[in-house]
Amino acid sequence: MEKYDNEMRLTFQAKSCNEALARMTVAAFLTPLNPTLTELADTKTAVSEAVTNAIIHGYGEDGGTVELWCARKDREVFFHIKDTGKGIADIAAAMEPMYTTKPELERSGMGFSFMEAFTDELSVESAEGEGTVIKMRKVIG
Amino acid sequence: MQAAEYEVRNNMLIIHLKADLDHHTALAVRETADILLARSKVKNILFDFTGVEFMDSSGIGVIMGRYRQVIFQGGRVGVMGVGKNVERIFTFSGLYKIVEQYETAEEAFVRPAKECLGNR
Repeated sequence: MEKYDNEMRLTFQAKSCNEALARMTVAAFLTPLNPTLTELADTKTAVSEAVTNAIIHGYGEDGGTVELWCARKDREVFFHIKDTGKGIADIAAAMEPMYTTKPELERSGMGFSFMEAFTDELSVESAEGEGTVIKMRKVIG
Repeated sequence: MQAAEYEVRNNMLIIHLKADLDHHTALAVRETADILLARSKVKNILFDFTGVEFMDSSGIGVIMGRYRQVIFQGGRVGVMGVGKNVERIFTFSGLYKIVEQYETAEEAFVRPAKECLGNR
Protein backbone atom coordinates (compact mmCIF):
# COMPACT_ATOMS: atom_id res chain seq x y z
CA MET A 1 0.00 0.00 0.00
CA GLU A 2 1.23 3.46 -0.79
CA LYS A 3 2.16 5.63 2.14
CA TYR A 4 0.21 8.66 0.93
CA ASP A 5 -3.05 9.22 -0.94
CA ASN A 6 -1.24 11.71 -3.14
CA GLU A 7 2.21 13.20 -3.36
CA MET A 8 3.92 15.82 -5.49
CA ARG A 9 7.24 17.58 -5.87
CA LEU A 10 7.93 20.91 -7.51
CA THR A 11 11.33 22.52 -7.97
CA PHE A 12 11.82 26.07 -9.09
CA GLN A 13 14.42 28.80 -9.20
CA ALA A 14 14.76 30.93 -6.07
CA LYS A 15 13.05 33.93 -7.65
CA SER A 16 10.40 35.99 -5.92
CA CYS A 17 7.95 35.58 -8.83
CA ASN A 18 7.78 31.87 -7.94
CA GLU A 19 6.27 32.56 -4.51
CA ALA A 20 2.86 32.88 -6.18
CA LEU A 21 3.52 29.68 -8.16
CA ALA A 22 4.22 27.75 -4.94
CA ARG A 23 1.05 29.08 -3.27
CA MET A 24 -1.15 28.27 -6.23
CA THR A 25 0.32 24.78 -6.53
CA VAL A 26 -0.40 24.06 -2.88
CA ALA A 27 -3.94 25.42 -3.22
CA ALA A 28 -4.57 23.15 -6.19
CA PHE A 29 -3.11 20.16 -4.33
CA LEU A 30 -5.56 20.77 -1.44
CA THR A 31 -8.64 21.09 -3.64
CA PRO A 32 -9.75 17.42 -3.44
CA LEU A 33 -10.07 17.82 0.35
CA ASN A 34 -12.60 20.67 -0.04
CA PRO A 35 -10.78 23.00 2.36
CA THR A 36 -12.61 26.02 3.77
CA LEU A 37 -11.52 29.42 2.48
CA THR A 38 -9.74 30.04 5.78
CA GLU A 39 -7.90 26.70 5.65
CA LEU A 40 -6.85 27.49 2.10
CA ALA A 41 -5.68 31.01 2.98
CA ASP A 42 -3.79 29.80 6.05
CA THR A 43 -1.99 27.09 4.10
CA LYS A 44 -1.08 29.50 1.33
CA THR A 45 0.28 31.98 3.88
CA ALA A 46 2.40 29.34 5.65
CA VAL A 47 3.86 28.04 2.38
CA SER A 48 4.45 31.55 1.08
CA GLU A 49 6.42 32.40 4.24
CA ALA A 50 8.58 29.28 3.97
CA VAL A 51 9.30 29.79 0.27
CA THR A 52 10.11 33.47 0.84
CA ASN A 53 12.53 32.47 3.62
CA ALA A 54 14.28 30.04 1.28
CA ILE A 55 14.61 32.69 -1.43
CA ILE A 56 15.70 35.61 0.77
CA HIS A 57 17.62 33.95 3.58
CA GLY A 58 18.63 30.61 2.06
CA TYR A 59 20.02 32.02 -1.16
CA GLY A 60 19.87 35.83 -1.10
CA GLU A 61 21.68 37.25 -4.11
CA ASP A 62 23.25 33.91 -5.04
CA GLY A 63 20.15 32.20 -6.37
CA GLY A 64 19.51 28.47 -6.31
CA THR A 65 16.73 25.93 -6.38
CA VAL A 66 13.81 25.61 -3.99
CA GLU A 67 11.96 22.32 -3.61
CA LEU A 68 8.36 22.08 -2.52
CA TRP A 69 7.12 18.63 -1.57
CA CYS A 70 3.48 18.01 -0.65
CA ALA A 71 1.74 14.84 0.42
CA ARG A 72 -1.62 13.98 1.89
CA LYS A 73 -3.02 11.08 3.84
CA ASP A 74 -6.73 11.24 4.64
CA ARG A 75 -7.26 14.76 6.07
CA GLU A 76 -3.59 15.34 6.90
CA VAL A 77 -1.42 17.36 4.55
CA PHE A 78 2.37 17.59 4.76
CA PHE A 79 4.51 20.32 3.22
CA HIS A 80 8.28 20.39 3.06
CA ILE A 81 10.10 23.42 1.69
CA LYS A 82 13.75 22.78 1.09
CA ASP A 83 16.72 24.86 0.01
CA THR A 84 20.42 24.06 -0.19
CA GLY A 85 21.53 27.58 0.70
CA LYS A 86 23.24 29.18 3.67
CA GLY A 87 21.33 27.47 6.44
CA ILE A 88 20.21 29.02 9.73
CA ALA A 89 22.89 29.56 12.38
CA ASP A 90 20.47 29.91 15.30
CA ILE A 91 17.07 28.33 14.63
CA ALA A 92 15.62 29.36 18.00
CA ALA A 93 16.47 33.03 17.37
CA ALA A 94 15.12 32.85 13.81
CA MET A 95 11.81 31.62 15.15
CA GLU A 96 11.45 34.45 17.67
CA PRO A 97 8.61 36.81 16.70
CA MET A 98 9.90 40.05 15.15
CA TYR A 99 13.43 38.66 14.76
CA THR A 100 14.93 39.41 11.37
CA THR A 101 18.41 39.49 9.87
CA LYS A 102 17.15 41.54 6.93
CA PRO A 103 15.59 44.75 8.28
CA GLU A 104 16.88 46.60 5.20
CA LEU A 105 14.54 44.47 3.12
CA GLU A 106 11.70 45.47 5.45
CA ARG A 107 11.24 41.93 6.67
CA SER A 108 8.82 42.00 9.57
CA GLY A 109 10.27 38.97 11.33
CA MET A 110 6.85 37.33 11.50
CA GLY A 111 7.35 34.56 8.97
CA PHE A 112 7.84 31.70 11.43
CA SER A 113 5.07 33.07 13.68
CA PHE A 114 2.67 32.81 10.76
CA MET A 115 3.85 29.32 9.84
CA GLU A 116 3.33 28.23 13.45
CA ALA A 117 -0.06 29.92 13.78
CA PHE A 118 -1.50 28.73 10.49
CA THR A 119 -0.46 25.06 10.56
CA ASP A 120 -0.80 22.25 13.10
CA GLU A 121 2.87 21.35 13.30
CA LEU A 122 6.10 23.02 12.29
CA SER A 123 9.68 21.85 12.44
CA VAL A 124 12.88 23.30 11.06
CA GLU A 125 16.01 21.39 10.16
CA SER A 126 19.01 23.40 9.14
CA ALA A 127 22.78 23.22 8.93
CA GLU A 128 25.03 26.14 8.12
CA GLY A 129 26.32 25.92 4.57
CA GLU A 130 24.04 23.00 3.76
CA GLY A 131 20.56 24.45 3.71
CA THR A 132 17.20 24.32 5.42
CA VAL A 133 14.10 22.18 5.37
CA ILE A 134 10.88 23.55 6.81
CA LYS A 135 8.32 20.83 7.53
CA MET A 136 4.69 21.60 8.17
CA ARG A 137 1.64 19.47 8.80
CA LYS A 138 -1.91 20.68 8.58
CA VAL A 139 -5.20 18.89 9.16
CA ILE A 140 -7.95 19.92 6.76
CA GLY A 141 -11.53 19.67 7.99
CA MET B 1 0.32 42.08 -13.74
CA GLN B 2 1.15 45.41 -12.13
CA ALA B 3 1.38 45.21 -8.34
CA ALA B 4 -0.51 48.44 -7.73
CA GLU B 5 -1.84 51.72 -9.10
CA TYR B 6 -0.96 54.96 -7.36
CA GLU B 7 -2.93 58.12 -6.83
CA VAL B 8 -2.02 61.33 -5.00
CA ARG B 9 -5.05 63.14 -3.63
CA ASN B 10 -5.39 65.79 -0.86
CA ASN B 11 -1.98 65.25 0.78
CA MET B 12 -2.57 61.53 0.59
CA LEU B 13 -0.88 58.78 -1.41
CA ILE B 14 -3.41 56.08 -2.24
CA ILE B 15 -1.88 52.74 -3.17
CA HIS B 16 -4.52 50.68 -4.97
CA LEU B 17 -3.12 47.15 -4.65
CA LYS B 18 -3.87 44.99 -7.68
CA ALA B 19 -2.26 41.67 -6.80
CA ASP B 20 -1.43 39.35 -3.91
CA LEU B 21 0.83 41.28 -1.52
CA ASP B 22 3.79 38.95 -1.06
CA HIS B 23 7.57 39.50 -1.04
CA HIS B 24 7.61 39.80 -4.84
CA THR B 25 4.97 42.52 -5.10
CA ALA B 26 6.07 44.18 -1.83
CA LEU B 27 9.42 45.02 -3.44
CA ALA B 28 7.67 46.71 -6.38
CA VAL B 29 5.24 48.63 -4.16
CA ARG B 30 8.04 49.80 -1.88
CA GLU B 31 10.11 51.10 -4.80
CA THR B 32 7.32 53.04 -6.51
CA ALA B 33 5.79 54.35 -3.27
CA ASP B 34 9.16 55.71 -2.11
CA ILE B 35 9.71 57.54 -5.41
CA LEU B 36 6.26 59.13 -5.10
CA LEU B 37 6.83 59.99 -1.43
CA ALA B 38 10.07 61.77 -2.30
CA ARG B 39 8.56 63.59 -5.25
CA SER B 40 5.07 64.58 -4.09
CA LYS B 41 3.76 66.56 -1.15
CA VAL B 42 2.28 63.63 0.67
CA LYS B 43 1.48 63.43 4.36
CA ASN B 44 -0.63 60.30 4.74
CA ILE B 45 -0.69 56.93 3.00
CA LEU B 46 -3.79 54.83 2.31
CA PHE B 47 -3.47 51.23 1.18
CA ASP B 48 -6.52 50.11 -0.83
CA PHE B 49 -6.87 46.32 -0.52
CA THR B 50 -10.09 46.10 -2.52
CA GLY B 51 -10.03 42.82 -4.46
CA VAL B 52 -6.79 41.60 -2.82
CA GLU B 53 -7.20 37.99 -1.69
CA PHE B 54 -3.80 37.34 -0.17
CA MET B 55 -1.15 38.98 1.98
CA ASP B 56 1.71 37.44 3.96
CA SER B 57 4.27 38.91 6.37
CA SER B 58 5.94 40.76 3.50
CA GLY B 59 2.85 42.97 3.39
CA ILE B 60 3.33 43.83 7.04
CA GLY B 61 6.90 44.85 6.26
CA VAL B 62 5.90 47.17 3.43
CA ILE B 63 3.16 48.85 5.51
CA MET B 64 5.41 49.28 8.57
CA GLY B 65 8.18 50.63 6.34
CA ARG B 66 5.89 53.32 4.89
CA TYR B 67 4.55 54.07 8.39
CA ARG B 68 8.10 54.79 9.59
CA GLN B 69 8.57 57.19 6.69
CA VAL B 70 5.54 59.38 7.37
CA ILE B 71 5.18 59.19 11.16
CA PHE B 72 8.01 61.64 11.88
CA GLN B 73 6.30 64.32 9.78
CA GLY B 74 3.05 63.72 11.62
CA GLY B 75 1.66 61.52 8.86
CA ARG B 76 -0.62 58.53 9.25
CA VAL B 77 -1.21 55.22 7.50
CA GLY B 78 -4.60 53.71 6.76
CA VAL B 79 -6.14 50.78 4.93
CA MET B 80 -9.46 50.25 3.14
CA GLY B 81 -11.21 47.41 1.36
CA VAL B 82 -9.63 44.76 3.61
CA GLY B 83 -11.16 41.33 2.90
CA LYS B 84 -11.42 38.35 5.23
CA ASN B 85 -8.07 36.73 4.40
CA VAL B 86 -6.05 39.92 4.71
CA GLU B 87 -8.01 40.87 7.84
CA ARG B 88 -6.71 37.73 9.60
CA ILE B 89 -3.12 38.78 8.88
CA PHE B 90 -3.75 42.31 10.13
CA THR B 91 -5.37 41.12 13.32
CA PHE B 92 -2.79 38.42 14.03
CA SER B 93 0.15 40.78 13.49
CA GLY B 94 -1.28 43.58 15.64
CA LEU B 95 -0.92 46.01 12.74
CA TYR B 96 -4.20 47.73 13.66
CA LYS B 97 -2.36 49.26 16.62
CA ILE B 98 -0.69 51.67 14.20
CA VAL B 99 -2.84 51.50 11.07
CA GLU B 100 -6.31 53.02 10.73
CA GLN B 101 -9.13 51.23 8.94
CA TYR B 102 -11.55 53.05 6.63
CA GLU B 103 -14.54 52.25 4.44
CA THR B 104 -13.73 54.83 1.75
CA ALA B 105 -10.87 57.09 0.68
CA GLU B 106 -13.09 60.13 1.33
CA GLU B 107 -13.32 59.47 5.07
CA ALA B 108 -9.62 58.61 5.45
CA PHE B 109 -7.64 60.73 7.94
CA VAL B 110 -10.49 63.23 8.38
CA ARG B 111 -10.94 62.57 12.08
CA PRO B 112 -8.15 62.68 14.71
CA ALA B 113 -6.02 59.53 14.74
CA LYS B 114 -7.00 58.28 18.16
CA GLU B 115 -10.67 57.96 17.13
CA CYS B 116 -9.77 55.88 14.08
CA LEU B 117 -7.30 53.33 15.41
CA GLY B 118 -8.21 49.75 15.98
CA ASN B 119 -10.33 47.19 14.30
CA ARG B 120 -13.85 48.57 14.06
